[in-house]
Amino acid sequence: MLTVDRVAGAGLAVFALVVLWQSRVLPLGSLANPGPAYMPVALAMLLLIGGLAIAVLGRDAPALRSLGFDEWRHAVAIFAACAFAALALERLGYRLTIFLALLFLLGVVERKRPVVAVVFALAFAAGTYLLFDTLLRVPLPRGPFGL
Amino acid sequence: MLETLHNLAVGFSVALSPPVLLYAFVGCVIGTLVGVLPGVGPLAGISLLLPATFGMDATRAIVMLAGIYYGAMYGGSTTSILMRIPGEAASVMTCIDGYAMARKGRAGAALAIAAVGSYVAGSASVIGLMLLAPPLAAFALRFGPPEYFALLLFGLLVLAYMSSGSMLKSLAMAALGLLLGMIGIDQMSGYFRFAYGVVELGDGLGVVPVAVGLFGLAEILATAGQAVPPKVIEPRLRELLPSRAEWRDAAAPIGRGTVLGFLVGIIPGSAHIISSFVSYALEKKLSKRPEEFGHGAVAGVAGPESANNSATSGAFVPMLALGVPSGPIPAVMLAAMMVHGVSPGPLLIRQQPELFWGFIASMYVGNLVLLILNLPLVGLFVNLLRVPYPYLYPAILTFSILGVYAVNGSVVDVWIMLAMGVLGYILRKLGFETAPIVLGVVLAPMIELALRQSLAMSDGHYAIFFQRPIAAALLAVGLGMMLLSLRSFIRRGLDWRARMALAEKGES
Repeated sequence: MLTVDRVAGAGLAVFALVVLWQSRVLPLGSLANPGPAYMPVALAMLLLIGGLAIAVLGRDAPALRSLGFDEWRHAVAIFAACAFAALALERLGYRLTIFLALLFLLGVVERKRPVVAVVFALAFAAGTYLLFDTLLRVPLPRGPFGL
Repeated sequence: MLETLHNLAVGFSVALSPPVLLYAFVGCVIGTLVGVLPGVGPLAGISLLLPATFGMDATRAIVMLAGIYYGAMYGGSTTSILMRIPGEAASVMTCIDGYAMARKGRAGAALAIAAVGSYVAGSASVIGLMLLAPPLAAFALRFGPPEYFALLLFGLLVLAYMSSGSMLKSLAMAALGLLLGMIGIDQMSGYFRFAYGVVELGDGLGVVPVAVGLFGLAEILATAGQAVPPKVIEPRLRELLPSRAEWRDAAAPIGRGTVLGFLVGIIPGSAHIISSFVSYALEKKLSKRPEEFGHGAVAGVAGPESANNSATSGAFVPMLALGVPSGPIPAVMLAAMMVHGVSPGPLLIRQQPELFWGFIASMYVGNLVLLILNLPLVGLFVNLLRVPYPYLYPAILTFSILGVYAVNGSVVDVWIMLAMGVLGYILRKLGFETAPIVLGVVLAPMIELALRQSLAMSDGHYAIFFQRPIAAALLAVGLGMMLLSLRSFIRRGLDWRARMALAEKGES
């Protein structure tokens, strides 16, 4: 049966194998004189063993099907909003980016009334900019037209 | 002793200067808010507000960040008592009897006991920090790379051992964290490792994006879909005074919780959670009326709340004296100090006595501020919980992006936060603890450097770790703990970690 631990253990083991594969381009050194790949390889081996042990011992863990992913739509939307923010932050500037991200989250994801969403997004984007950039002097990116 | 008192007087002259006092106050208020809000623990709170301290001098910045830390520990009890939702992980045990007291109409008394217990524990444990940190720092001057390597490895093993749930899973998470910490330039050879042409990764993964992603964003991803906010029991101000019997019942648990919390705090691991769990178990064992636990026992609130606040000061001991973080929150504090040009470690107390003692004194002041602040203003803080989550989480998300970006002015950090958020979300779903990852990321470069320096010292002989008594002792204790956890695995019974994991899930 596909259990949570079996999937998690297998995932960790695969990640460890990827690290081992990627480490081959770095000098390994020797036991007495470790090179830059020494620690990553040692740790990846440890993770591989740990992952396999978790998978092997995970017979009695809860079934993978028992995991609820009811919130996946929200999670994907939030991820998309954050990814947009990361892409746009230095292109559109802080205020415009945050305004658009908040507008999306409130207006589209949470289905708030358009006026409420616009006012909240505008106030929050401008307010946090004023607090951090202007008052606390944390430099935040500006976009076109100095926004 | 006289020297300590003299130093403390110097510290108070710093802590009581109006600007430092103001920042301590601001830190405590923000910390309380952070603690009250479910999902924004002290770790994410400190990480997010780090950029706001960039314009300050080191003392003010560190005093404010420490205020956020222990403010959050205070604030976490409010939601536990009034809503049965732990504002931060350490308040899990307070939920049980705190909420039961609230349902009996004793919410005010429970809040007052939690606040007074936190104040007593917070203040008393600072004395411990004050007395223990300087001699420990002096002792640590004898540490060389082998001792540091053993200490750091020991720290990770203890963290894995002390984490709730399976030690195997915690060790795997520590290994994953250490692996992520390998990203960046190798300090000994200058090789770029796993950077894939991204120059910003040369310095490695920053602790702030990793912590905010794993703790802040992952929490939002997992909980944003929940629609209906839970009910809040609102206490009246005149109910805030506990009865004489309640004070009597609370006195001894507060004392025990203080000592226990401080001792657990010094040991690496998720000190706050463990200390409150152990304190609850101890009080139940010592109680003449154990059947009251779970139904509103005063000791069930007083003990754990004192213990988790005391552990906060305890956790500062290894960080300030050795420069070694004992858990994810001290790790972020350490990073924050480094941003401000302060290097915690054996030389800090000698080279920057004003900062060290000012910090100690500010903790006394902060505890008093929190006591004054928490009780009368509890209604105000609770109102924050009435903000609907569909408005709250976009706001927290904005602070996350802003905070992470502002540390280095780099969008790459925002991407790292996003990746860590997704990783944290998945790991949460699969039942893994993510605290060892944060500590692993911070400790990885230190461990690697200490290992390679040790081998350079010994001409490549690993025996150096067993020939030096401090290193050998630390490694032996770490190995002993691993064997201990194997014992419970072989017996296939529920050991204390499994019981704690169940308590955290609210199944106790």
